[in-house]
Amino acid sequence: MTYAIEAEGLTKRFKQTQALAGVDLAARTGTVLGVLGPNGAGKTTTVRVLCTLLRPDGGRARVAGHDVLRRPGLVRASIGLTGQYAAVDEMLTGYENLLMIGRLLGVPRPAARHRATELLERFRLADAAGRAAKTFSGGMRRRLDLAASLVGRPEVLFLDEPTTGLDPHSRGELWEIVRGLVSDGTTVLLTTQYLEEADQLADHVVVIDHGRVIAGGTPDELKDQVGGQVLRVRPADPADLDTVHALVAVAAGPATALDGQAVTAPVRDPGLLPTVVRHLAEAGVAVAELELRRSSLDEVFLALTGHRAEADPSHAGPGAAPPGPGPGHPGARAHAARTEVPA
Amino acid sequence: MTAVGLTAERPTGSGHARPWAAIQQTATMAWRNLVQIKHNPMELMDLSVQPVMFVLLFTYVFGGQMEGSTERYLQYALPGIIVQNALFATMSTAIGLNTDLTKGVFDRLRSLPIARFAPLLGRILADLGKQLWSLALMLTLGFALGFRADRGVAGVLGTALLILVFALAVSWLSVLVGMVAGDPEKVQILVFTLIMPITFTSSAFVRPETMPDGLRAWSDINPATQLSDACRGLLTGGEVASPVLWSLVWAAGFAAVFFPLAMRAYRARA
Repeated sequence: MTYAIEAEGLTKRFKQTQALAGVDLAARTGTVLGVLGPNGAGKTTTVRVLCTLLRPDGGRARVAGHDVLRRPGLVRASIGLTGQYAAVDEMLTGYENLLMIGRLLGVPRPAARHRATELLERFRLADAAGRAAKTFSGGMRRRLDLAASLVGRPEVLFLDEPTTGLDPHSRGELWEIVRGLVSDGTTVLLTTQYLEEADQLADHVVVIDHGRVIAGGTPDELKDQVGGQVLRVRPADPADLDTVHALVAVAAGPATALDGQAVTAPVRDPGLLPTVVRHLAEAGVAVAELELRRSSLDEVFLALTGHRAEADPSHAGPGAAPPGPGPGHPGARAHAARTEVPA
Repeated sequence: MTAVGLTAERPTGSGHARPWAAIQQTATMAWRNLVQIKHNPMELMDLSVQPVMFVLLFTYVFGGQMEGSTERYLQYALPGIIVQNALFATMSTAIGLNTDLTKGVFDRLRSLPIARFAPLLGRILADLGKQLWSLALMLTLGFALGFRADRGVAGVLGTALLILVFALAVSWLSVLVGMVAGDPEKVQILVFTLIMPITFTSSAFVRPETMPDGLRAWSDINPATQLSDACRGLLTGGEVASPVLWSLVWAAGFAAVFFPLAMRAYRARA
């Protein structure tokens, strides 16, 4: 088994912030590695190190078989990068952007023109090819950015939060494109705050928090690792919500939480479901929905990091992570989950 | 969804930029900076409307009072207006570089297997091209309004050459500013507050003889004075050797101080 991306013990410090505190990760050739973490966790710093944009203070990394510190030129010749902020030239048209990249890569002019046209068509940008990128919608811009990183037919593609800020439709489109690339043999490293995205695309996921990998595995393994299942109860009458919450909390403990019109609780004891059903029956509460399911990656994330993945980037930042001892060990789970219970 | 042709062989074999490749990459970056103008009306304003506006305003608003006749004042002021415009234009390098940095375009460029200095040199080349455009525009307008280049074609070419050399030297300051500034708006404000006083306290628009002693002493060594006098000498006659020499000394000084600083800043961020 070969690895297109390997990193060992990457560290990086910016003034007061330890951005990377020893990141280890590896992506098998031809697979998608999802790097999952909240804002400020070190995802972008990791990508910048692997793309040769940033020298790490310590550690080693190889991309497409080349050492990022010793052979940055060869690494650059093998990768494509689509950043968190769409790095297309807004003052150029879609066509000109792609033509420029092709020419910079040394593609002869006719071939570069052909390649630009081909990529624009493939990413459904042909109609807008002659418009300045500043007039593009967010989804179009992101597709153009992705197209720009594919001009050189990279072996390894880095996607740094490629769908942040996109509407669900555009997100789905991007997912399709990524799947197509992977089926062609490209290795993809994808950072995301969206657990669903990692679940959908990644063969392997590493969870990063405070500059450290705190868990790794396939999405299924991660769900198993955190263990257990989730009970979800939705009363028929929303007015019963508080009653249900109290009843479930008695049986399931303080990790019980309100989730919209329903109550959720982690299940560690197989006897919980019958107990809850009995309590509900005794209280005479009519239930519209009663569900026992495997933890979602969201819940895995919460259990591992002690905070929810930030779905809305506007209120997140490096300061969004809760202070205190790192919840990176299993013992912190119960405590971490408890902090999320509404008072 | 098919993915035909996306991941076949790569066109680039080596990660090392060879000299010819580096020249081609620089040319591509210069092309990119020029073709941008097409989609950016504001930049076209900077390059065209602003020079025209300054020539017209100075000639027709100040001309009568300054020299008793618009033609006579134009004859004096056009070289100075050209100098002021050239100094302002050097700062577009700062704004362009800073925009690329803050918008993430530099990250994309740096992730490509290209010569490290191609984006910088491409930018500077394109900006020198824009300098020539503005210069040609102002001279043409000047001639239409009655400006006489008494030293003929040689004087015009000498002026163009001197302006380019000086602009190139000052552009290292511009590169430094572009690399360290937080955002393009800050660059704009910094540039304005730097260049306005420098040109207004020089011989660009008024004869320094009328200034108070202290100001005049500054004006005599002011680089904008030397450059204005040099262009004036080359275009309309008068002393040439001394102001040209001092302009070149200033240019060399700018380059000596700011080239190393600019390079250090560029290496650190790009």
